[in-house]
Amino acid sequence: MPQVSMTVNGKRMAGEVEGRTLLVEFLRENLRLTGTHVGCDTSQCGACVVHVNGDSVKSCSILALAADGAEVTTIEGMAAADGALSQLQEAFRDYHGLQCGFCTPGMIMSAADLIKSNPNPTETEVREWLEGNICRCTGYQNIVKAILAAAARMRGEADPDFAAFAAE
Amino acid sequence: MYNFEYAKPDNLETAKSLMAREGAQALAGGQSLTPTMKQRLAQPELLVDITGLPELKGVARVDGGVRIGGGVRHVEVERSAEVQAAAPALAQLAGKIGDPQVRNRGTLGGSIANNDPSACYPAAVLALDGVVSTSNGRDIAAADFFQGLYETALEEGELVTAVTFKAPMRAAWMKFPQPASRFSLVGVFVAQFADGHRVAVTGASESGVFRHGDLEAALNTGGDLDSVAVSPSGLIADLHGTPEYRANLIRVQAKRGAAAMV
Repeated sequence: MPQVSMTVNGKRMAGEVEGRTLLVEFLRENLRLTGTHVGCDTSQCGACVVHVNGDSVKSCSILALAADGAEVTTIEGMAAADGALSQLQEAFRDYHGLQCGFCTPGMIMSAADLIKSNPNPTETEVREWLEGNICRCTGYQNIVKAILAAAARMRGEADPDFAAFAAE
Repeated sequence: MYNFEYAKPDNLETAKSLMAREGAQALAGGQSLTPTMKQRLAQPELLVDITGLPELKGVARVDGGVRIGGGVRHVEVERSAEVQAAAPALAQLAGKIGDPQVRNRGTLGGSIANNDPSACYPAAVLALDGVVSTSNGRDIAAADFFQGLYETALEEGELVTAVTFKAPMRAAWMKFPQPASRFSLVGVFVAQFADGHRVAVTGASESGVFRHGDLEAALNTGGDLDSVAVSPSGLIADLHGTPEYRANLIRVQAKRGAAAMV
């Protein structure tokens, strides 16, 4: 069987896979990194989003072999080694950006890619960016707030005034 | 998904020899092919991953237009200064395909080689009078390239190496997305050149992307698009819309596009 190796959350990982093994299967079943979720398995929902060489991708729609040699980051790689949450995760907690939590790993990984390319997104830009991430609990309001707050904190600014949101 | 052999060549010559093998299938970004294989609707014996081919990369201004490598991802087209300068509507189109994760993987060549009847890129290739260059050394005019549902002029094993788009005076992309799939329910690309307008429509026809001559003629003569009869004949009927609904959307989106051209 083909061999695959990649750097996952900073650690060199290798394993045997089939040609058809998806990246998400390699992450969850070989490496036991089960924070990355499989929701729809039809590339609609975004629960499986991880970063490959810095870009957010749906790990259910890319082969493990296609990520050979790549730098992969999953939700397990977002917090610090001592367990301290990243600013994005902290903001999701502060703003209650999750209910059941199933979509959250994908939301976090997708949002991190947005803030990297657009450090000061508007509310509309956040909502458009989340086109590929489906949440069935929250109605997105608190997810959008959390992402806007995280982006502000990363810029060294105070949290935005969400009074306009509350009035909706 | 059925199993297959996987190869990732690092140059075009090796890719071509692999593609000559029985049961070979090219894999670009895989945003259509992977889901198709998961549903067992495709069963290649050998997947040739073409994302590592340097010959398919790069965006460059050329005389009167812009040349984009077949392996260039949607996100790269969206953010390319060359594309934004030559044809801002083309950059906007790339930035509205699917969702950010699809745009991080999907490629221009993969989209047009697949020729999904609702894909966005074919409308731009047709409206911007594109020429498709291939690994067989052919340069194929857009009008000859798209040949119906999922059908193109590509021969067995032939890859899209680049597409050269003409820079329009003005253009606009008007996508009416089907909200679940994010494909175009109807998408209209309107472009104005010195010798006239070109209006290309995707998502609507049972025969794939097409130009609408009557809408082009009306734009060329400064006529009112509301007076153009858009026939529902041959348009797609599905649970998202009737042919009549799509015919009306074509005119509405063309009118919006004509008003929004930059």
